[in-house]
Amino acid sequence: MLEVKQIQNGIVIDHIKSGNGLKIFNKLQLYKAESPVVLLINVESKLLGKKDIIKIENTFDVDLNLLGLIDENISINFIKDGRVIDKKKVIIPERVTGLITCKNPRCITNSDDYMQPTFTLISKEKLEYKCNFCDEITKYKI
Amino acid sequence: MAMNIRHLISLADYSKEEILELVKLGEKIYNSPKDYAKSCEGKIMATLFFEPSTRTKFSFESAMLRLGGNVLGFSDANTSSVKKGESVADTIRCISYYADIAVMRHPKEGTPKLASMYSEIPIINAGDGGHLHPTQTLTDLLTIHTYKGGLENHVIGLCGDLKYGRTVHSLIKTMARFNTKKFVLISPEELTLPESLKRYLKDNYDVKIKEVRYIEEAIEELDILYMTRIQKERFFNEEDYLKLKNTYILDNDKIRNGKKDMIIMHPLPRVNEISYEVDSDKRAIYFKQAKMGVYVRMALITKLLEVE
Repeated sequence: MLEVKQIQNGIVIDHIKSGNGLKIFNKLQLYKAESPVVLLINVESKLLGKKDIIKIENTFDVDLNLLGLIDENISINFIKDGRVIDKKKVIIPERVTGLITCKNPRCITNSDDYMQPTFTLISKEKLEYKCNFCDEITKYKI
Repeated sequence: MAMNIRHLISLADYSKEEILELVKLGEKIYNSPKDYAKSCEGKIMATLFFEPSTRTKFSFESAMLRLGGNVLGFSDANTSSVKKGESVADTIRCISYYADIAVMRHPKEGTPKLASMYSEIPIINAGDGGHLHPTQTLTDLLTIHTYKGGLENHVIGLCGDLKYGRTVHSLIKTMARFNTKKFVLISPEELTLPESLKRYLKDNYDVKIKEVRYIEEAIEELDILYMTRIQKERFFNEEDYLKLKNTYILDNDKIRNGKKDMIIMHPLPRVNEISYEVDSDKRAIYFKQAKMGVYVRMALITKLLEVE
């Protein structure tokens, strides 16, 4: 079985639904990272059957809102000196600014870039957001 | 961002009591306009019409002039700096120094909302694309209040394009708050009221909903008949449009069995959905409705400028 060394300092993004790992890797622009980053795909998981994992060395900053939009089962482990010092579950954000674009082509946020589009969560189950400007319902897609 | 200024972007931002207050003030002004002839003396209203709408613009301008105020503005985006690529936020910041209140119509949905976030003066949404047109709804409300003696307990028939018509959606949502007894939805199958709106009504209000295909099936029970235009571009082919168009033209035959005190409304402009012969029927009040638009806008301006 393939084994990857434990990181000493950094974060581990765990319980990523299998198939979403690479998408999150790209969305977080981890290819630009200066520290080592490991992307594991199709790792066995008791909870999910199969899962993806991302390990990022020497960083403690990650956009929890963005991860919440992608998959609410994701958990984040903060590692220091080889030990887990904190664990966080992502949450589906009630309000989102900038991460989603409104799907309504007639919405002002698609033609006037003065303000970032903002959305309010209307369905946690369907991950649906309502545009605060034109009321159009939009889903986040990675 | 500017705070604590009251705007009118959507009627959903106004309580039932506030809406009723506006309607009652509109009626008061209608009954004694002279009392309000100097209410807005020294005030300036900017009409920012990024797309043309002569009727709405004139109605607002007439309202402000009747209140003794002044107006300035444009009716075509080509004559404004937006043409040069200026952001709405920048435009409205400057307009805030030229006028005391601004009325905005814009083809892009959500623009008045964006403007209100940066404005130092009250913004009135005079229509943003296919999204909202709250002063049309206020006009309808004042008309119903005046000609039916109140807003509550009516059976309201809505006929025509119920799928895309923003006027109809806004009127339904607002009238539902005033204990409407029943909505009778009269439309071709292709243009029925969206399911989401029907669900919203069922979930939030104790109102009956009846759907029929033809006016004649429901005319006898209506207190109010609200007509809308069926637009050609909503159909896939011209044949379907032509077939349906005639079915939904209101004529004397179709309203023969209607109540004597029923009122027939239309947001105007009408094209051919109401035959000219209906104009002479006492129940046809769509031109009086346009008149009411001026008075309810007078009420709104005085409220937002706090000059009552």
